[in-house]
Amino acid sequence: MARIPPPQPPHHLVEGRLGAWWELFYRYGPPRWSFYVRHAWAGERLVIAVPYLWLLLFFLIPFIIVFKMSFSEVRLAMPPYAPLWEWVSEKAVDVRLNFGNYLYLLTDDLYFSAYLYSLKVAAISTVFCLLIAYPMAYAMARSSPATRNLYLMLIILPFWTSFLLRVYAWIGLLQNNGVINSVLLALGIIDEPITMMQTDFAVFIGIVYSYLPFMILPLYSNLEKHDFTLLEAAADLGAGPVKSFLRITLPLSRPGIIAGSLLVFIPAVGEYVIPSLLGSTDQLMIGRVLADEFFANRDWPVASAVAIAMLLLLMVPIMIFQHFQSRELAGAK
Amino acid sequence: MSIALRILFATAAAALVVSCGKKPAEPAAPAAAEAAKPALDTDEEKILNVYNWSDYIDPTVIPDFEKETGIKVNYDVFDSNEVLETKLLSGNTGYDVVVPSASFMARQIKAGVFMVLDKSKIPNLANADPTITQRVALHDPGNEHSVNYMWGTSGVGYNVAKVKAAMPDAPVDSWRMFYDPAVVSKFKDCGVTLLDAPSEVVGTVLIYLGRDANSEKPEDLKAAEDVLMKIRPYVRYVNSSKYIDDLANGEICLALGWSGDVLQARDRANEAGKGIEIKYAIPREGAIAFFDNFAIPKDAKHVKNAYLFINYMMRPDVAAKNTNYVNYASNNAAALPMIDDSVKNDPSIYPTPEVMAKIVPDLAESPEFTRQLTRSWTRFKTGK
Repeated sequence: MARIPPPQPPHHLVEGRLGAWWELFYRYGPPRWSFYVRHAWAGERLVIAVPYLWLLLFFLIPFIIVFKMSFSEVRLAMPPYAPLWEWVSEKAVDVRLNFGNYLYLLTDDLYFSAYLYSLKVAAISTVFCLLIAYPMAYAMARSSPATRNLYLMLIILPFWTSFLLRVYAWIGLLQNNGVINSVLLALGIIDEPITMMQTDFAVFIGIVYSYLPFMILPLYSNLEKHDFTLLEAAADLGAGPVKSFLRITLPLSRPGIIAGSLLVFIPAVGEYVIPSLLGSTDQLMIGRVLADEFFANRDWPVASAVAIAMLLLLMVPIMIFQHFQSRELAGAK
Repeated sequence: MSIALRILFATAAAALVVSCGKKPAEPAAPAAAEAAKPALDTDEEKILNVYNWSDYIDPTVIPDFEKETGIKVNYDVFDSNEVLETKLLSGNTGYDVVVPSASFMARQIKAGVFMVLDKSKIPNLANADPTITQRVALHDPGNEHSVNYMWGTSGVGYNVAKVKAAMPDAPVDSWRMFYDPAVVSKFKDCGVTLLDAPSEVVGTVLIYLGRDANSEKPEDLKAAEDVLMKIRPYVRYVNSSKYIDDLANGEICLALGWSGDVLQARDRANEAGKGIEIKYAIPREGAIAFFDNFAIPKDAKHVKNAYLFINYMMRPDVAAKNTNYVNYASNNAAALPMIDDSVKNDPSIYPTPEVMAKIVPDLAESPEFTRQLTRSWTRFKTGK
């Protein structure tokens, strides 16, 4: 294969003060972030530091606190757990690591079954979100720019009211003397109110409704970039609409599907508010187990262990998946 | 940046000028008031942060207290002991007066959350009913850390007409209403609910079984769980606040509820005027009482104001006003003549001495037992 020579930077740049840099930029593309950290000026470093500082403050430090707490022991004090280390003399520190909290999670099937149930609820909700969101995002992507903005507005609009209020509104819709049952009764379609509150159905409605925008937006931003002339070319070559969707649109939208599914699936696993307001008591999701450990049992260490175990069980498979995903993308190039 | 800084300085300077300008004028006003009344021993900062149960005070009491003392009250509410306890154990709540229930308070006292009260700062404590004070002493030895505010029981709340229709000879003043499958099954269709308070509900099951309500024996817990599992199919939901509305509008007909809450449902049903009659009964087998008490966290910043507030709440006329409003019994013996007849003659609020003898406290459990209890309760709620 013949090597294409790199494009030459314009003369006035090459001869300027930063000429050497421009040469490099044109030849190798933009530098990596590590290059900035090492070479760039304070301003650029600061810009890059902001997201890292954010992660440090709001993710890493809380994580370390919870992680530390998960190796502690309960005691009746303020705060209600023992410190991990105590200075016994000026030179000696007494460190107590308690692995019992993690072992405890294995002794009772409550935690595992609640976790499995949460995965199930999250998976089903994600599939429903995808099925509903895909046609919506597709229609948005194919509409004219003016209507597109209107649709985007309509998707984002519900975020302007409180999440809690919107879930409460579903109680008003679903309960026995609620809106849906009253309308159906008045129309004579049913004779007895259908019990919808405190069922799996209500939980799925609540989760799908609340997380739908998180599926639509990444799908839309992916579909919007598609080159729709590809579909025309496929049609010219004799592919029907189903075939061209399956062979062209669907594979191209894979990154959007994955991003949207992760955005729905991950928060849905730990969902606490929706099942406790709409669901029945016999569905035990991991979020409620965690709240019970914390509030009812007053066992902060075990609650922390549940949280860490949940994070690991959720994050490790996703990170492995991401790893292979990015390798595959790199291979495709 | 420099503009922002300049504005900041300007504001600070203005504030300084204002506060300096004000200072000489300030002592004049309190001096005039002090001449009329004996001096109040308040903190320098005339602020008080109170954290109480929701719907647990007459709405005129706080404004009256503010007017009388010149202390600005920040009144905040909670609806579960667990929420209060989690905040207290994390520390630095910023609250000066909190109102935990006795069983929770016992544990909080052990954790060192509250200060020992200086009783000389609460002269109105002389109005307290000694029998109630004695009962609270089971949770707070010597009543060192707390002053009782109000107390109540958990018992049977029911819709008179619907219960009669479902079972004409229903034993409404018995725990059989909930724990005898033959009885509770009759009310399945009109709706039965339980409180989401494991230690109290399990305690009432133990009373029904004729055992010690505060037992921590595994076999007693197992027996109680067996009873709960058998009645599970007939219970519509387990919740500690939803039943008030549902009882009032007829969604449910039978609730294991707290006395004052059921009576609140009764009042709401009366206001709605749909002819729904709600009643509350303390079961004849005995019941569990809860006592809600004022306490001052150790890290409170307005301790003198907190004493003034507790003392004010113990004034007979104020205590009577609160009890008339919330339908829970006051511990204030001196307030009794000022309490409405409909409240003080209601045996479900002020039980007769015979019933009183059968009312037991809900004592704090050991951490190990709490865990078993929660697990047992989860099994009951999930049916697994």
